Amino acid sequence: MKLEEAATQESNPCISKSTRLPRKRFYRARAHSNPLSDSHFPVPISPHHVDYSLHFPQFFPSPNSDSDSDSRKIEFADIGCGFGGLLISLATLFPNTLMIGMELRDKVTEYVKERILALRISNPNQYQNVSVVRTNSMKYIPNYFSKSQLSKMFFLFPDPHFKEKNHRRRVISPFLLDEYAYVIKEGGIIYTITDVEELGEWMKSCLENHPLFEGLTDEELEADPVVKLLKCATEEGQKVERNGGQTFTAVFRRIAMK
Amino acid sequence: MEDDDSMIASEGNNKEAMEVEVAPALISVHPAQDSVAVAVGCELRVFNLREGCSITLGAESGEACDHKESIRAIRYGAKGKVFVSAGDDKVVKIWSTDSWRCLYSVPTEKKVSAVAISDNGQFVCYADKFGVVWVVELDELHENQTPVQKKGSPLLAHYCSIITSLEFSPDGNFIVTADRDFKIRVTMLPKKPIDGAHEIQSYCLGHTEFVSCLAFVYNQEFPQGYLVSGSGDSTVRLWDFASGLLLHTCEVGSEVGHQQTNGTENNHFAVTDLCATPDGSAIFVAVQGLPGILVLSCNLSAKTLSVLRVVSISGEDFIPTSLGSSLTSDFLWMVMGVSNLPGFDSSSLARVRVISGLNKCNLGSVEEDDNIKILEDKQVPCGEKVLEKLQGSLCIDKDVFSAAAEAVKASMRNLLIKKQYSSERREFRKRGRNDRKGKR
Repeated sequence: MKLEEAATQESNPCISKSTRLPRKRFYRARAHSNPLSDSHFPVPISPHHVDYSLHFPQFFPSPNSDSDSDSRKIEFADIGCGFGGLLISLATLFPNTLMIGMELRDKVTEYVKERILALRISNPNQYQNVSVVRTNSMKYIPNYFSKSQLSKMFFLFPDPHFKEKNHRRRVISPFLLDEYAYVIKEGGIIYTITDVEELGEWMKSCLENHPLFEGLTDEELEADPVVKLLKCATEEGQKVERNGGQTFTAVFRRIAMK
Repeated sequence: MEDDDSMIASEGNNKEAMEVEVAPALISVHPAQDSVAVAVGCELRVFNLREGCSITLGAESGEACDHKESIRAIRYGAKGKVFVSAGDDKVVKIWSTDSWRCLYSVPTEKKVSAVAISDNGQFVCYADKFGVVWVVELDELHENQTPVQKKGSPLLAHYCSIITSLEFSPDGNFIVTADRDFKIRVTMLPKKPIDGAHEIQSYCLGHTEFVSCLAFVYNQEFPQGYLVSGSGDSTVRLWDFASGLLLHTCEVGSEVGHQQTNGTENNHFAVTDLCATPDGSAIFVAVQGLPGILVLSCNLSAKTLSVLRVVSISGEDFIPTSLGSSLTSDFLWMVMGVSNLPGFDSSSLARVRVISGLNKCNLGSVEEDDNIKILEDKQVPCGEKVLEKLQGSLCIDKDVFSAAAEAVKASMRNLLIKKQYSSERREFRKRGRNDRKGKR
């Protein structure tokens, strides 16, 4: 049985023979996906229904049981994680924190899934704290996370949706920030970055005008190791870097209502 | 190729079916039972119960102030001074219940799906079909000759989902919204709602289909109260809305199944409306496919719901589309109706029935049926005059009842349930997409 599996893996062209990692060119997807359309993938009814044993089998061996000694919850969420570059870097930087990527495009999600599985095999006891799920985060954030559950949320290089008519499709908007403020605990941090100046301005002004968020000071930004990763860890960031493009970051802290 | 043709044909049929959109009839009762209002299609019919006469809207101002398209939401304010109506014609109308003149008219960008008035009468909220809830602040009530134009400010939003129900909590601290994506959201109501409501208190998650209606149950012992919700998943659920905790789930599908004699279709007994008694001890539930009305008893200290009985109505297939009651009186008002009936001579239908014994239904045991009584047409408050106004006529063709029930059911499904396509069908639909064009 084992041999057979190995043999099929050997012949699977989607997996690189040398690194055992999935090959990106077999997971091509369109760059954009309509967040407004009705979704036809399964969604957990509530955060209690999220099966941690599927995502983090080493920490939660039995499905949906409360007997697991581990009471940890997912703390980082990378919204629109793309090919998962940031998650992979964060997994080793915060080895004891559970984190999840959320991505709408199913092929890209499949890629990240394969990538994490391959990394888990080649690096025993590492990358056990990272997972990915295919979902529409703009609709289903409250189905995955309970109130004040998250300590970090990432929005890296989101779809810019230039037309004014389509601004409501943007993943950072005044209304959606209400939902993000609900799942982030006080003191938790929201990270955004883009290479589109107009979108950068938009995200910053949305966050500045929201009563539950305040900007980090320059010293705080300097001291946060995650800020540096925003540019260099993601595939999109690397692409911008290669082309010598500019990036615009906005990093804000969740605060209590004044 | 043949396959494609059949698919194209069935796609066409689907479109046709979608186009015949109908709106269910709605009913609302003045909190002191001074008047009662029924909305059928674009028509708003109001009857003054205190003086026993029918009311002509905007009679004094003389200008046309009717709705142009189907009304989707009507409601009296808790103090009974104002009345709000809104719907597909994208205008929210706020009426004075003294003069029945339109005081304010609020133009909206999208069709309106729900309205609510804060208990102090200061704020009117309305939700549109894109999931945004708007708020309008009312000034001191004045009796101007012409309606004042107001503009709503955005309060909160469910991301691109139809909001089906909108309620203020009994203490006025929260606004609760329900949507077709199975969600109920509880949001803190700030002192200045014009700046938006940003702090979410909780989500009540547990329903597995669209949430159709909300109601609060409370009494002196539990002034904060609990939330009750009805859904397309054939359940009524009881929530501690401050924490989002699901306290109890009551299946109503099985109850309806018993009542069905033919038993052709055993699924989808969507709950369409809820009405709680003023002391919160009983809840009346309108269910699709159930002629009559279901009564649940609600035990606030044990935090449970249980089926008390089904009040059936003899002589006609009366399946209520909307329920209403006043805060003080003993009557539950029900309407069954539809804005238009495709394929029938009668253009619309509205049938009103009244149940008495609302305040006694918790005392009697299951065997003691006499407390809750369906009133004959002559027995309803103000007699047949009120029915003539609200129904449009006294004699109703009983044959159209089942057609009306089907039409309402179909339009609700089209509106609130996600279209399910088989995988081939999905591929087929993708073919017409812009980025695939020319590839074939």
